[in-house]
Amino acid sequence: MSAPGARAPDGGRPRVFIVDDHGLFRTGVRSELGDQVEVVGEAGDVEPAIALISESLPDVVLLDVHLPGGGGQAVVTAMKATHPQVRFLALSASDAPQDVIAVIRAGARGYVTKTISGAELVDAVRRVAVGDSVFSPRLAGFVLDAFAALSPASADRPSFDPELDQLTPREREVLRLIARGYTYKEIARELYISIKTVESHVSSVLRKLQLSTRHQLTQWAAERRLT
Amino acid sequence: MESPERWPGGRTGHRHFRRSGPDRWGPGRWGRGPGSSGPLRRGRDDRLVGGVAAGLAARTGFDVTAVRIVFVLATLLSGGTVAAAYVLAWLLVPADGADASIASRAQTDGRGIALAAGLAALLIVVLIIASVLGAGWLGSTLGWPLAISVAGLVLIWRNAPADEQQMIRRLAGPLPGLTGENRRFRIGARVSATCLLLGGGLLALLTGHPRDLLRPLGGVVLVLAAIVVVLGPWWLRIARDLVVERRARVRAEERAEMAARVHDSVLQTLALIQRRADEPQQVIQLARAQERELRSWLFDGVAPGSMGETGLTVAAGVRLIQQEVEAQHGVAVEAVTVGDCELDDNLSALLAAAREATVNAVKWSGAEVVSIFAEVEPMEVSLFVRDRGRGFDPEAVPADRKGLAESVHARMSRRGGSATVRTVRGEGTEVSLTMPRGAGERQQSRA
Repeated sequence: MSAPGARAPDGGRPRVFIVDDHGLFRTGVRSELGDQVEVVGEAGDVEPAIALISESLPDVVLLDVHLPGGGGQAVVTAMKATHPQVRFLALSASDAPQDVIAVIRAGARGYVTKTISGAELVDAVRRVAVGDSVFSPRLAGFVLDAFAALSPASADRPSFDPELDQLTPREREVLRLIARGYTYKEIARELYISIKTVESHVSSVLRKLQLSTRHQLTQWAAERRLT
Repeated sequence: MESPERWPGGRTGHRHFRRSGPDRWGPGRWGRGPGSSGPLRRGRDDRLVGGVAAGLAARTGFDVTAVRIVFVLATLLSGGTVAAAYVLAWLLVPADGADASIASRAQTDGRGIALAAGLAALLIVVLIIASVLGAGWLGSTLGWPLAISVAGLVLIWRNAPADEQQMIRRLAGPLPGLTGENRRFRIGARVSATCLLLGGGLLALLTGHPRDLLRPLGGVVLVLAAIVVVLGPWWLRIARDLVVERRARVRAEERAEMAARVHDSVLQTLALIQRRADEPQQVIQLARAQERELRSWLFDGVAPGSMGETGLTVAAGVRLIQQEVEAQHGVAVEAVTVGDCELDDNLSALLAAAREATVNAVKWSGAEVVSIFAEVEPMEVSLFVRDRGRGFDPEAVPADRKGLAESVHARMSRRGGSATVRTVRGEGTEVSLTMPRGAGERQQSRA
């Protein structure tokens, strides 16, 4: 946010960078986004992606989870170190939970599946551009699963920070509704809260997901990898 | 028919007897006639009760009225023994023109035999009690003949041919409570029998000597008998109604389950075939798959849509639904599962309902994506099927569209689960399914 030109003015078109190893898919996303956003560049591999993103400093990077040469996780980690203001939205066709969670934990602001419609994708990009997070139903499911594995009942060692290692009932509720396919607006209506509150719940979940150092979260990911 | 030794029986024999009868009795009204040869048969045309007297008269040649007078006198003098013999004869001697006696028919009437034995036993018990209470003459003189007569009459009543039953009914007509025609008489009879038994029982109880154990015991039995007389018929009716009702319910449930399965498999496939009529390859494929499914259901007992395979889990089942529906209907299904556990019958039913709800959404909502979310919790499994399609008016669904009502609602409630449908026109539909988890498998709630 401190870097000049990194942030699009509110209401303006967000500047988007696309990272995906399938050229055809990049083209597809580009055309779907249309003129709602400004696509400032694209890359098909980890190394060129890091270099090009550092150069163009987009608002949002649409990042394929599965990239040759380290995966999307490597790009996020590298950019966090040098340009923390760049936000990432993970985009994936494959749905291995551990990969998705790894990218989120590395710092991505959200995760959507490639089946998402153009309008929804634009909406998600806008959201990430202003600092919100974007949860697809699938991500909500993964997160619920991951934190369920962390529940006190299954913990075999004491939690250093229970605040971070558990979801509040309200956060759970919100995640469940997301998993059921509700939009933030619908969730707000369902729970009689404002959309802003829904967003803050989701951001809080994301923060916990990224900051929790619980041994079990890593273990959970490792277990899921086996199955 | 001409041979005197062989009595041919059947209608022919009967006609033969009737034709020749009057001639035989003709000569003297009170004197002895020639008598007939052949085995003893109960008279049919000139009987008053069972036709035993008439049969004897015909066989011996004595006048039937004389035989009857002798019967009555003998009955009175013998203390009922002859009456019992009469009943036995009624039971054992075939009627004129009939092949078999009533007894031979009664052999196959298990309930009748049980009833007769029960009544006779009850009567004997009552008589023994009576003798204990000091009315010993009643038991020793009337007891056995009475028990035999009652048992025999029950068997006759239940097994006599239609024409004899008609006659018995006519005879019993004046006796209230037996014919069942008059309700008030019946109730009256029951009430008076109850009063009698209760009165006798209480009297025995109150006057019973402490040292004498039998007397109060007899009183208790009489009181119990009074209760049985009062409540017996009512209790019997309740028990019978319960059995009938349970059978009907089981049948209805079976039928509903069957209808739901046929709907899920055969009817769905037929609908698909209609829709893809211009793609012969697909139609053949669908028909073949359906045939296989139907065969395995009918002959191997593997229910279609039940996903009853062992080892399958909720998450795998949801994935299966996703794949199948996407393959069959070409609409994207987004499936999210949290937690996992093995399937039991209830959860299989949950998945079957979920699949039906998903197919419904795909077919009717017009939405491009249908979302399934399943969450396995320690106590229950929840599953949501949501679309952003056109929604519908639940009231306006035609009655022959069984999907939601039968396959989803009924299937869930039969297993103790619940299903709710939220739908708004133009905004979509969400079917929420909840199924409690069976005990004993909660330990692996989260995989």
